Amino acid sequence: MHRTCLKSLSNLLHRREISSQELTRIYLERAARYNPVINAFITLTPEHAMEAALAADQRLQAGSAGPLTGIPVAHKDIFCTDGIRTSCGSRMLDNFPAPYNATVVERLQDAGMVMIGKTNMDEFAMGSSNENSYYGPVKNPWDTNRVPGGSSGGSAAAIAAGMAPVTTGTDTGGSIRQPAALCGVTGLKPTYGRVSRYGMIAFASSLDQGGPITHTAEDAALILNAMCGFDARDSTSADHPQEDFTGELNRPLEGLRVGLPREFFDSRLDPGIGGLIRDAIRRLEQSGARLMDIDLPHSALSIPVYYVVAMAECSSNLSRYDGVRFGYRCTNPENLLDLYCRSRGEGFGDEVKRRIMIGTYVLSAGYFDAYYLQAQKVRRLIRDDYRQAFNSVDVIIGPTTPSTAFKLHEKTADPVSMYLSDIYTVSVNLAGLPAISIPAGFLNGLPVGMQIIGNHFSESRLLNLAHRFQLETDWHLARPGAYA
Amino acid sequence: MNPGQWETVIGLEIHIQLATRSKLFSGAATAFGAAPNVQACAVDLGLPGVLPVINREAVRMAVRFGLAVGAEIARHSVFARKNYFYPDLPKGYQISQYEMPIVSGGGIEIELEDGFRKHINITRAHLEEDAGKSLHESFPGMSGIDLNRAGTPLIEIVSEPEMRSAREAVAYMRKIHTLVRYLAISDANMQEGSFRCDANVSLRPAGSVVYGTRTEIKNLNSFRFVELAIQHEMTRQADLLDSGQAIVQETRLYDPVRDETRPMRSKEEANDYRYFPDPDLLPMELDNETIESIRNELPELPDARYERFIHAYGLSMYDSRQLTTTREVADYFENAVLAANGEAKLTANWVMGELTAALNREGLGIQQSPVSAEMMGGLILRIRDNTISNKLGKAVFDAMWEGTGDADYIIESRGLRQLTDSGEIESLVAGVIAANPTQAEQYRNSGAEKRLKLIGFFVGQVMKQSRGKAHPQQVNELLQALLER
Repeated sequence: MHRTCLKSLSNLLHRREISSQELTRIYLERAARYNPVINAFITLTPEHAMEAALAADQRLQAGSAGPLTGIPVAHKDIFCTDGIRTSCGSRMLDNFPAPYNATVVERLQDAGMVMIGKTNMDEFAMGSSNENSYYGPVKNPWDTNRVPGGSSGGSAAAIAAGMAPVTTGTDTGGSIRQPAALCGVTGLKPTYGRVSRYGMIAFASSLDQGGPITHTAEDAALILNAMCGFDARDSTSADHPQEDFTGELNRPLEGLRVGLPREFFDSRLDPGIGGLIRDAIRRLEQSGARLMDIDLPHSALSIPVYYVVAMAECSSNLSRYDGVRFGYRCTNPENLLDLYCRSRGEGFGDEVKRRIMIGTYVLSAGYFDAYYLQAQKVRRLIRDDYRQAFNSVDVIIGPTTPSTAFKLHEKTADPVSMYLSDIYTVSVNLAGLPAISIPAGFLNGLPVGMQIIGNHFSESRLLNLAHRFQLETDWHLARPGAYA
Repeated sequence: MNPGQWETVIGLEIHIQLATRSKLFSGAATAFGAAPNVQACAVDLGLPGVLPVINREAVRMAVRFGLAVGAEIARHSVFARKNYFYPDLPKGYQISQYEMPIVSGGGIEIELEDGFRKHINITRAHLEEDAGKSLHESFPGMSGIDLNRAGTPLIEIVSEPEMRSAREAVAYMRKIHTLVRYLAISDANMQEGSFRCDANVSLRPAGSVVYGTRTEIKNLNSFRFVELAIQHEMTRQADLLDSGQAIVQETRLYDPVRDETRPMRSKEEANDYRYFPDPDLLPMELDNETIESIRNELPELPDARYERFIHAYGLSMYDSRQLTTTREVADYFENAVLAANGEAKLTANWVMGELTAALNREGLGIQQSPVSAEMMGGLILRIRDNTISNKLGKAVFDAMWEGTGDADYIIESRGLRQLTDSGEIESLVAGVIAANPTQAEQYRNSGAEKRLKLIGFFVGQVMKQSRGKAHPQQVNELLQALLER
């Protein structure tokens, strides 16, 4: 059952061949069984889940169910869930049951989905390996000595290990796509503004975007249908017409113009990954796609620009965690300064503190122009590169990551090498574009992800391409042996 | 250098709470006086995951202000975060405007009591959210935080440093106070903190074009305190400069009890607010159509109304100024004049005299006056047509104030109608002369001066007999005729 795609699960539920309660129990059991090893979940919510499953069964019985009713889902612990701990992977919020639901949570709940728990993540979504979680690292189901990627590592690992059929993630610089690639699953980062950020704990507001992690592009399309839409509570939410993302899945690829950025296939790319991606691209060519080399001349600057912008924003976004109103508070503060210093010093982990300090620095008087302002200017150039490229191509394809899943602790001592694992993903966030990572083969037994980038609001096209690719390949069907 | 040789330079920053029903970025209510923390929603508390959404009404109010002072309205303005830590600042930053405020430029004309007029330029006015309140007194060893005020919409109006005396500063502040109330964008209630002011004060040698080092006096919440604080600060700075000492640029607080300013304990250790555009809010775009629709909503402004009152009603400059200080008083006056068939001068006297005195006595605003403008006009009509005397009018006013009814009802029910029937008055006069033969005899034998005194006595007697209803002019004439007979 845990290997069944969403459409089939939905059919089974609607035909009453399985109940939501049975299905939910299957996933809850798998999640509970594998979590001691994988550590994909921070919180499992069996009682809440069984109640929701019962309600879903009643809807299914009554004939008022939608396509997602009764299907289990796990949310990244960055999404606020009413009355349920929303830790954001941090000691700071270990004691924080959110008093409201994020829009994403609310929408999927309204669609009848059954939340089974909250997934592990890098603290405040800051990290590329999930080693920055207060709740310990997540292990990659393909090799538990390796990282699952981050920051939505728990969500990607949960899919790979069959602990949930669908999870949500957030992507600020690659946090959906990179773990999806390293775990061999499908991860979609929608256009900035497509999915409401209300109730999604902010890391870097101008870059953060929620999206689904699934086995297939078709699953992602179904979930995105329910997830996205204008939200008046989020001022950056796009008032874009609602569309059915499953509508174009089967469209033929004839004539599709695919751009291949020279900068994504240079010497920094693992040659093995490069080979697999080229194989995948050839397959698309055989399906009728037209390939062209393109240039994204400012790509090399995307990592420094990203880290300046993201850290500046996070240094301000995380000021609210001060031990005054909610979250962690140090014991016996001597005075206000002591309350601030110790609550934040003890409540935040090292990477979060590093980013707050760097972000504070780049916004400081005397440095603002040289860092923040300069980064914003280059951000515009990066956006213009893409705008230029999309004048001549429909989609851009390349690897999602420069390497496969690395070993635990391999990069923790060197933050810059860790940051470089985002090299192909961050520019997409800087430009606010949609992108999807899909499985494209294995290198030494580890999954490799292919990234497809589209123009603003072109998710249908990305999902179409990804779906056609998945009709012809079976990388997305592969499961790590121990969890098959 | 002598004190007279220093020129004072003053610039004001006025914070005005906008009269919106909900906050600048959340749906929580803004009403004053609620129990602590009941008017603070998830957004105001800065809970994880919440996002701000701009209150369009607050934007319109800021635009109204800008249009009223002839400023430029930004088609594109940006909200920025002002970052600092304080317990009553829930997010650790205040959403304000920094580089691109919604209102730039413009200015107002101030007038001092001696008639001296001056134009004061406005640098900018921007929208921002208020912080909460820290309560240190009620909780020994601890601080209480009330976040009801957090997120309340403010406009901060920054003047150019163009005022040269405390009196000019007060005149400017009063003018802004009047204006924002006319515009109905703020109740400008100073006790409740809806209108407060920071004063930047510096001195420079008279004739110098370079500014001296300034100090900023924070949180002045009355016109009087602004005047006293600036005066004190001028003296303090002059003393320091005279003795060759330097002014320290700092923030100071005025203590009205000791009439002095003293350095404020800074909220922040260092003053680096790390402003940057708030990524949760898109730049605010205003199109011409919106701006024009707001312009069309503007009421008649105080200066225009002041001029009109002089020309249309023939009021003196003083009366016109008094009657246009607030929109409510001006509205009341105009409605009363309308009800009094256009009798403006008498109405002005009654509104500024008897009515204002009664309102002050009871501590009421003119909107709460138990005597409506229509009732006031009705009273003026009866004085004007001699139904009652001005003096009896006061009794009628008091009765109206007590809620007895309108002027006509009171005059009829109490029989206050003035006696104008000469036969009736003549019999009263004859009776009084008969009852006072000694004084009548004296009158006939006296010179002009003495006669005037005695006529006063007789008039008083007749008025007493008529319970004030006899027409004084007629009484006077009849008395003279009868006494000389």
